[in-house]
Amino acid sequence: MDYSQFFNMIPEAGLMAALVIVFLADLILKGEKKHTTLSLLTGLLLVAQIAVCFTAEPAEAFAGLYTATAAAQVMKVILTAGAFIVVVMAQSWLEQKDVQNKEGEFYELIISTLLGMYMMISSGHFLMFFLGLEMASVPMACLVAFDKFKKESAEGAAKFVLTATFSSGVMLYGISFIYGACGTLYFDDVMAQITATPLTIMGLVFFFSGLGFKISLVPFHFWTADTYQGAPTAVTGYLSVVSKGAAAFALMTILTKVFAPMVEYWEMLMYIVIVLTITIANLFALRQTELKRFMAFSSISQAGYIMLAAVGNGAMGLPALMYYVLIYVAANMAVFTIINVVETRGKGNTEMSVFDGFYTTNPKLSFLMTLALFSLAGIPPFAGMFCKFFVFMAAAEQGSNIAYAVVFLALINTVPSLYYYLKIVKCMYINKTDAPLAPFKSDCATRTALALCTAGVLLFGVCSCVYGWLVAATAM
Amino acid sequence: MLLGLWIARNVNQVRGVMVAGSSCLLAMSIWLTLHFISERAGGNTEEMILHASTAWFPALHINYEVGVDGISVVMLLLSSIIVFTGTFASWKLKPLTKEFFMWFTLLSTGVYGFFISIDLFTMFMFYEVALIPMYLLIGFWGSGRKEYAAMKLTLMLMGGSALIILGLVGIYFFNGASTMSILEIAHNNHIPAAVQNVLFPFVFIGFGVLGALFPFHTWSPIGHGCAPTSVSMLHAGVLMKLGGYGCFRIAMFLLPQAANDLAWIFLILTTISVVYGAFSACVQTDLKFINAYSSVSHCGLVLFALLMMTKVSCTGAILQMLSHGLMTALFFALIGMIYGRTHTRDIRELGGLMKIMPFLSVGYVIAGLANLGLPGFSGFIAEMTIFNGSFENADTFHRCCTVIAITSIVVTAVYILRTVGFILFEKVKNPHFEELTDATWDERFAVCCLIFCVAGLGSFPIWASHVISDAVVPILSVIPTL
Repeated sequence: MDYSQFFNMIPEAGLMAALVIVFLADLILKGEKKHTTLSLLTGLLLVAQIAVCFTAEPAEAFAGLYTATAAAQVMKVILTAGAFIVVVMAQSWLEQKDVQNKEGEFYELIISTLLGMYMMISSGHFLMFFLGLEMASVPMACLVAFDKFKKESAEGAAKFVLTATFSSGVMLYGISFIYGACGTLYFDDVMAQITATPLTIMGLVFFFSGLGFKISLVPFHFWTADTYQGAPTAVTGYLSVVSKGAAAFALMTILTKVFAPMVEYWEMLMYIVIVLTITIANLFALRQTELKRFMAFSSISQAGYIMLAAVGNGAMGLPALMYYVLIYVAANMAVFTIINVVETRGKGNTEMSVFDGFYTTNPKLSFLMTLALFSLAGIPPFAGMFCKFFVFMAAAEQGSNIAYAVVFLALINTVPSLYYYLKIVKCMYINKTDAPLAPFKSDCATRTALALCTAGVLLFGVCSCVYGWLVAATAM
Repeated sequence: MLLGLWIARNVNQVRGVMVAGSSCLLAMSIWLTLHFISERAGGNTEEMILHASTAWFPALHINYEVGVDGISVVMLLLSSIIVFTGTFASWKLKPLTKEFFMWFTLLSTGVYGFFISIDLFTMFMFYEVALIPMYLLIGFWGSGRKEYAAMKLTLMLMGGSALIILGLVGIYFFNGASTMSILEIAHNNHIPAAVQNVLFPFVFIGFGVLGALFPFHTWSPIGHGCAPTSVSMLHAGVLMKLGGYGCFRIAMFLLPQAANDLAWIFLILTTISVVYGAFSACVQTDLKFINAYSSVSHCGLVLFALLMMTKVSCTGAILQMLSHGLMTALFFALIGMIYGRTHTRDIRELGGLMKIMPFLSVGYVIAGLANLGLPGFSGFIAEMTIFNGSFENADTFHRCCTVIAITSIVVTAVYILRTVGFILFEKVKNPHFEELTDATWDERFAVCCLIFCVAGLGSFPIWASHVISDAVVPILSVIPTL
């Protein structure tokens, strides 16, 4: 075996090295300075990793098992940036007594899930893909259960583990059908051989539902609300943004590439699932009063919009999806950063009513929160509107009447979604309360995270170079 | 070029900056108007002057493309006047003055951007920029059932813009050249008639929501009723014009075949708006509601005239936008000033204000007379042009609609005179009112400016109608005649 092939996997190797360094540092470092040193080290390594992915060329290794396209390398940049923000924003939570001594584990788990996602999006073989997926989900369950003294955290983790294993099982079953029909699991070979027979259609549907769990598309979304609510806020942010983005990217590339000969089957499936996802998630989100639960439903509906990019099946789709994920990272992480800091500084709960009168005591934070929510709702000049519009364009590119109908339904759904985002804005600005949250100064880490996210929300839309970069990457 | 961002955001002397910014803006738009007129006089016959275009998202053929024609020039002038006077009208607003003006500025940025852009995407982006600050402006600084009003207004308008997006995406993919430039699409005119017939209702209704098209006008009374003074002024004065402008510039210009085929449906709806708005205004007791229904009626008239599709009627429509913008801003400013003193807007409680605050009352009478179309004021010119133009259509259907719409003039007189009589000339009903004072200098200034403009447009309409009718011709030329 030619071991030099590992040099083709530079981003993965870099991340692996980062994992080892953090692990060793966690073992060696002692004393008071440990917290600062370790967090700085992790942050720096992730920044270096972003640079590594940024410069990485498309590569192939192990006879096509590992196939990193230019788009996948760019996607790694986005995912790593998301993970970096998670690490930064988690600082105020990691200083708390319950979790203080487990800081190292937190970083290691984040990095290893990230490694799993890298594998997942740059695989050229179904089993390799499955391996990456598992590597991304199993450490994630530990992360969800990180607050071990909280009942909800354990409950959330249990739900997550059960659905994750179940969905993996379903997906493996689907993959075995495909193997049975095609006699190979390499993406390229499957694409050349696959035809629509009952067996492959079953395989497609099972594979799709397995990934549907990960992206939490309706009807595979039942775990989402409880897990999001129970998990520590930083982890919820990670789950809702980075993990979802990676799975959405993988689903789209596999559907458009490997299952390209069966396009009429999965397109219909996608139409139904997307409309259901957006509509049902919006209806549930309307009634939520707990902010993290609310964000869970909001993220389900956003997932529906993300997948809208895939139905166009055209050149516009992939950049639109990546663009959406990038902006979603910025906007959603800003919201979760604020929830996190309010949770740790306030009374420890995340009911919407906590935010009543937030503007009177913490005007800056509530202003940033408003920007992020407006971006999520798709209101210009913030980035959210641009990515929504491009996703709609990508879907309409397909051109059939039914695609237009789906776009129309998705558009109508922006109205209720605006309503529930505005509900939070209303809490902060308009609702009066006797006991608003006391004013507090956020720490340096929170400020950094918020500054990064807000810069993203403000600039990624107006500066067209970001989108141009993604288009150039996917065109290669 | 008039670009939107014109004010430093870290302002302590907010008022100073607002006055400086808005006067600068006013000066610029006056310059723009003069420049435009001189260019045209100098034989510049391009459709859009000061045309500029930069590629923005090349992959999607989105350009940041701007330019002005006669219609946008007068609309920009209108917006600047109203922003300028609106600043004075909300001189004493509290609390959070700075935040108020920041959102106010964002809103006007959207309005300016909308009027100058000639790229579908850019235009739509500015359109939404203009809508969303309304939520906070009404929800936070408004009065009455402000939260309900703000939410209803925002959601209905966003519903409208959802329809517009679909229309725009459709126009982009079916125009044959995959371009977002309005001029190019209109000149190529490749969109198949069947597709046009599907897209036209989406775009027209989408913009029609903002233009208070019946039955999508329901946000208007409550929204205007609850908004703070300067927001009502800007919203009724300028924002509702965005609807009419969008209908004309996008729906009718880009989908001409469908505009011709489907105009009859929307003509019926707009006729209903005109008459229904006027009758509703007659039975309201809240001053702002009266004026809001009157706006529904007048904005209905704008759409009505556009759909008549003759050169004269379309010129009248744009004139009506201009004139209604000025009049209604004047009205809302005066109502705000009266409300600020008496703390009620119920006409049953008010009375005898002529004795107590003569300046405001005289202003109110002038606004009322302008509104019901007294010659010499802008309302008369606009309505006269509209109905003249409408009568050029010789068939029975158009004639009937016109006659029905004309009746609204009478009804307008009824509700205006009723209100004026009630609040200005009856006995003083509340002894506390005797102690109230008349307008302060900033209020007087705002009112005088607006009256001056209304009277000016009424007395010398030639320059405006000239500028407008030149711009109307190219749009109408693409619409096939009946």
